[in-house]
Amino acid sequence: MRALVIDDSRAMRHIVADILGGLGFATVQAGNGREALDLLEAGERFDVACIDWNMPVTNGLEFLTAVRARSEWRDLTLIMVTTEGEVGQIVRALAAGAHEYVIKPFTPDAIASKLELLGLLRVRETT
Amino acid sequence: MTVSADTFTFVVDLVRRRTAIELTADKEYLVETRLLPLARLAGLAGVDEYVSTLRTGGQGAEHDRLVEALTTNETSWFRDVGPFEAITGHVLPALVASRPELRSLRIWSAACSTGQEPYSIVMALLDAAPDLVVRVTATDISQEVLERGRAGRYSQLEINRGLPAGMLVRHFAREGTEWQVSDQVRSKVTFSRHNLLDRPPPGGPFDIVLLRNVLIYFDLESRAKVLRSVRGDLRPDGFLFLGAVETTLGIDSVWERVSVGRGSVYRLKKAEAA
Repeated sequence: MRALVIDDSRAMRHIVADILGGLGFATVQAGNGREALDLLEAGERFDVACIDWNMPVTNGLEFLTAVRARSEWRDLTLIMVTTEGEVGQIVRALAAGAHEYVIKPFTPDAIASKLELLGLLRVRETT
Repeated sequence: MTVSADTFTFVVDLVRRRTAIELTADKEYLVETRLLPLARLAGLAGVDEYVSTLRTGGQGAEHDRLVEALTTNETSWFRDVGPFEAITGHVLPALVASRPELRSLRIWSAACSTGQEPYSIVMALLDAAPDLVVRVTATDISQEVLERGRAGRYSQLEINRGLPAGMLVRHFAREGTEWQVSDQVRSKVTFSRHNLLDRPPPGGPFDIVLLRNVLIYFDLESRAKVLRSVRGDLRPDGFLFLGAVETTLGIDSVWERVSVGRGSVYRLKKAEAA
């Protein structure tokens, strides 16, 4: 499985990439939505993208909208990972095509549990 | 750090006497990690010092606190995913097939901790069968977690763990840094304190019982007692969910295991259910 981590904070990209790496994903990082779109347009394929909202050049919502407009990218699962935590913002992101939404701050479990819900990670049964 | 053998034995005894839960030797880490905060609160350096203050009499409230600290679990929404898919995708259709007049469901969420399991069931059933009248009895041994469950307020960190975003926006309201579950969902769950070794709680007989990741803490004899008690308050065509590593095999022979999706569920054998 391949994951694309999109965040303008290098520290946050590393945190998310480390979590995904620990779950067995190969990760690629992008500093904003435009860089991420460039990767997709160059033919790179990913199973999931974790997307920050507030970024320069092309923000997370614009990235969602751009991906959803392209039928050849419809298999890409989109998870917003952002400090935006108002109900209205979550609704906007879901309406724009996000599959899931994680609000910062979060624990590694949060990312794993969303991937399980989306069928991208085998459920780790708990005791 | 580690705890001394004396401390561990004392704690194991205390927990067994209060709850019949058997802490095995591999739970030493649990004793360390859960009791250290209590030791710190009491102004003591470590778990050994804390436990030695409990050896004298007149410490009932502190004993309760210790037992609570050791018997409550971290929990998440839709924990393990499979059981909730099984309830909407298999259990509900099976119950409707056996009782075409089915209008309501009674569910017991045992060892419900801070309420994520009972609320997850309600949300899943609201989506799957909005006209069904759902009553969930949610029980735990710990008053502290029951109060949190009743309040239905969760931190951002708790909300992130397993709750689908669509359900968050439909069933919760943001209040400052916390999220409050809606009255529509909350009103379907009744929280009450219950020891699994006692008679089943009011609210039955139940169509579905969730008793997940709790039998593992009991010794064999107590497991059998708990399962017998559940059996007495489960409808003959009802369903029992256990944790993924738990089983009725070798404990109580009246159950049969049925594979459902990626997991399994237990039903009473026909002769027993008749």
